[in-house]
Amino acid sequence: MRVMVCLSYVPDTATRPQIAPDGKQIERTGVKFILNPYDEYAIEEGLRVRERFGGEVLAVCVGPEAAKEILRTALAMGVDRALLVRDEWTLDSFGVAQALAQVARQYQAELILTGRQSIDFDSFQMPSTLGELLGLPSVSVVSRLTLAEDGSVVVERDVEGGKEVVETRLPCVLSVQKGINEPRYPKLPDIIKAKSKPIDELAPPEGEPLSEIVALALPQRRRAGKILGSSDADLDELIRLLHEEAKVI
Amino acid sequence: MTHILALLEADRNGLKRSSLEVLTAARLLAAERGETVAAVLLTGPREFLQHAAAYGIGEGIVVEHELLQAYSMPALATALAQLVVAEGARIVLTAANAHGKELAPRLAAKLRAGYAPDCVELRSEDGVLYAVRPVYAGKVMATVRLRTPVQVYSLRPNVFTARPLAEAVPFSQRTFRPELRPEDCSAVVRDVLRSEGKLDVLEADIIVSGGRGMQGPEHFWMIEELAQLLGGAVGASRAVVDAGWRPHSEQVGQTGKTVSPSLYIACGISGAIQHLAGMSSSKVIVAINKDPEAPIFKVADYGIVGDVFDVLPRLAVKLANFLGKPVPERFRQVLGQSN
Ligand SMILES: Cc1cc2nc3c(=O)[nH]c(=O)nc-3n(C[C@H](O)[C@H](O)[C@H](O)COP(=O)(O)OP(=O)(O)OC[C@H]3O[C@@H](n4cnc5c(N)ncnc54)[C@H](O)[C@@H]3O)c2cc1C
Ligand SMILES: Nc1ncnc2c1ncn2[C@@H]1O[C@H](COP(=O)(O)O)[C@@H](O)[C@H]1O
Repeated sequence: MRVMVCLSYVPDTATRPQIAPDGKQIERTGVKFILNPYDEYAIEEGLRVRERFGGEVLAVCVGPEAAKEILRTALAMGVDRALLVRDEWTLDSFGVAQALAQVARQYQAELILTGRQSIDFDSFQMPSTLGELLGLPSVSVVSRLTLAEDGSVVVERDVEGGKEVVETRLPCVLSVQKGINEPRYPKLPDIIKAKSKPIDELAPPEGEPLSEIVALALPQRRRAGKILGSSDADLDELIRLLHEEAKVI
Repeated sequence: MTHILALLEADRNGLKRSSLEVLTAARLLAAERGETVAAVLLTGPREFLQHAAAYGIGEGIVVEHELLQAYSMPALATALAQLVVAEGARIVLTAANAHGKELAPRLAAKLRAGYAPDCVELRSEDGVLYAVRPVYAGKVMATVRLRTPVQVYSLRPNVFTARPLAEAVPFSQRTFRPELRPEDCSAVVRDVLRSEGKLDVLEADIIVSGGRGMQGPEHFWMIEELAQLLGGAVGASRAVVDAGWRPHSEQVGQTGKTVSPSLYIACGISGAIQHLAGMSSSKVIVAINKDPEAPIFKVADYGIVGDVFDVLPRLAVKLANFLGKPVPERFRQVLGQSN
């Protein structure tokens, strides 16, 4: 089985983004970038599929040179090959999907795994967009995967108030969610070995973006900020405020 | 020719609330731009489509095909893409819920249309539509413009207000028959497993969340009872989910669910940035924490500085009295013991 896992290079979850002078990007200098947390589950699931069915796992990231760091993490965890499609934050999601689709076709991927969402733009769109570009079925937000020898695929996906059981077939695209597995920690010798493994590079596809960021702004939310104690009078006041001022009960 | 299509979902009880929000947004947008708009029912009993009239949309389209009986997202996307082309539609709106987030990007890609996910605001200026959407877990707001003639937007639930009109408009309905092949049903929903009787944080208007300050899973009945009293859902911080006190489906935050209820009550939650990422767009935030320096108070509208074990039982009694509901038995017992 040829598995491809898609890795996104994102600001650490603890980052408080600042807006760059152009007003359209965040300030990236001094910000720590990490492997998108959900993509660890994609790597782990890819490795487990390989361990069961044989084959190989390719990790792909569309991102800047520095993103090689997360590809090395994937190599240390055990993927066989890594590829960086070079892009200095110019592509929109559709462009990233086109780049990934191109790689998937060349690699003849049979199973493509992504994370549930990339925690930079939180757009949840990659599996569907990629699936459509490749003419393949896709299922988003998968928390359980059952794969059979004959290529039939049964997944559970999280929806509001429960789970859907979806049936599909290989080749397909799946985005995975926390809970599907426990990602392994790379071992020190593997981390060291991964440092010297080759990482292939590819130029991004040409084409105009379909969407454009006009402006970024920090959210302006005014909160009442009334901090009370915990006496009976305070609790009565809280209920009054919720009823009369906030009108939520 | 219809300019704007509003994609809707219904369940047994009628159109979903997120769909009513989409309807309202679609009507306002159509009025602002002087464009025509139709409501399209994707799933659920079709008699509910006429409820669109109460929200000011008098035209309904039912997409009909035997192959759509089996819920298959790729087939639905194919059908809708044909509808968009047949109608010459330029703008498609849908809810950014689990179904919408899966369907909309596929539909957009089929049409080579730009897609703006999870929008919290739509604004028309000189005919150009601008969408505002939270990015970086809500720490930044992006104004996005789509550059394609056909455009797809999904709207974050609970943000746009559903507003019925005083009087419904006249309603007419037609059927659209797409051309589908069995191969289009390439991923099919076989079963839906409902979490029994539990309201999901994503669908709740009120959420009561507990964190490590609850000190153990055996105390979460307080959170459950309080949520039930308010007709809300139970949420949790990652710390308590990782500790196995609560299921992952309840986790709110950057790696859990992003919620925007009318009221979010955080009990014994410190307010780490990853937790705030999932709930800071709630309309009203109440924090109960014994540490006055806890960061959660910085985003709270109302804060109670106190011990949850002291505050929650008394608050439950007061709320029950205020709402005219019986005081939950377990709270009564706890208070009886301490007196
Ligand atoms: C990559 C990554 C992703 C993450 N994603 C998420 C996420 O999605 N959601 C999330 O929630 N977290 C997430 N976190 C974890 C986050 O950083 C915090 O660790 C977590 O939110 C803390 O949970 P807590 O507030 O319940 O616990 P704590 O931080 O331990 O806070 C407990 C609070 O309870 C108060 N308290 C204690 N006893 C009492 C009492 N008797 N009465 C009243 N108050 C009391 C304390 O004062 C304290 O403020 C993530 C972290 C990382 C690194
Ligand atoms: N630039 C990228 N390079 C590789 N994979 C990506 C990239 N952006 C997103 N993905 C993948 O798509 C998933 C969903 O991202 P998104 O749809 O952008 O929220 C991520 O978890 C990644 O697996």
